[in-house]
Amino acid sequence: MPEEPKPSNQSTDLIDDNLKKAFRETLDEGVPDRFKDLLDQLKKTKSDSRSEESSK
Amino acid sequence: MSDSDPRDAVLEHIPSLRAFARSLTKDPTRADDLVQECLVKAIGNFDKFREGTNLRAWLFTILRNAFYSERRKAVRETDDPEGELVASLSVKPDHDGRLQLTEFQAAFQQLKAEHREALTLVGALGMSYEEAAEACEVALGTMKSRTNRARKELAHLMQLDEGAATEITDSQTMSVVNQSGA
Repeated sequence: MPEEPKPSNQSTDLIDDNLKKAFRETLDEGVPDRFKDLLDQLKKTKSDSRSEESSK
Repeated sequence: MSDSDPRDAVLEHIPSLRAFARSLTKDPTRADDLVQECLVKAIGNFDKFREGTNLRAWLFTILRNAFYSERRKAVRETDDPEGELVASLSVKPDHDGRLQLTEFQAAFQQLKAEHREALTLVGALGMSYEEAAEACEVALGTMKSRTNRARKELAHLMQLDEGAATEITDSQTMSVVNQSGA
């Protein structure tokens, strides 16, 4: 199947490097407590629906 | 570890969900609110998730849908919900091809949302085209072509492609370039 011409590898690498850098800070922050707490809370309020083992 | 609560697996995807949300909203505060909305919906509808399928793609789809439905509401209230015009004024292309990160981000934010999300998923988060297509609920070929177009567009904005300089016709861009060259 013919695909669109791809940008050069060099610019692709440069773009991907920058993309990774741009998001690294966020990724390195891990999971803020806000979301850990939220998840725990949500699981508690919804714990009934998942207590039964799903069918095998 | 034994399989305790399958919902615990959601936790490990939160950092990449936050990254994705930031690329969609361009705003860290709104991004985290969006992640929160996504988590509430995901846990609330966890019985709809089929175990053994891709949890990350499922979560990204929820986040993405939450973003676009919010944006549709915002469009009714303002003509420029994303601040696209403001963002479009801030790029300074650099002729030696080595952009500073802030300049890269400015260029990145000029992309259309569908291009930003493609590059975020595939380029930054390392998803396969298949997984990214699933997350965005589009065909595999669509995801591939969006990613390629996004890379081209970004290369163009960053002036990594030959001849880009001669293609700048937009007067706003020209004036920004001229100012920043001083």
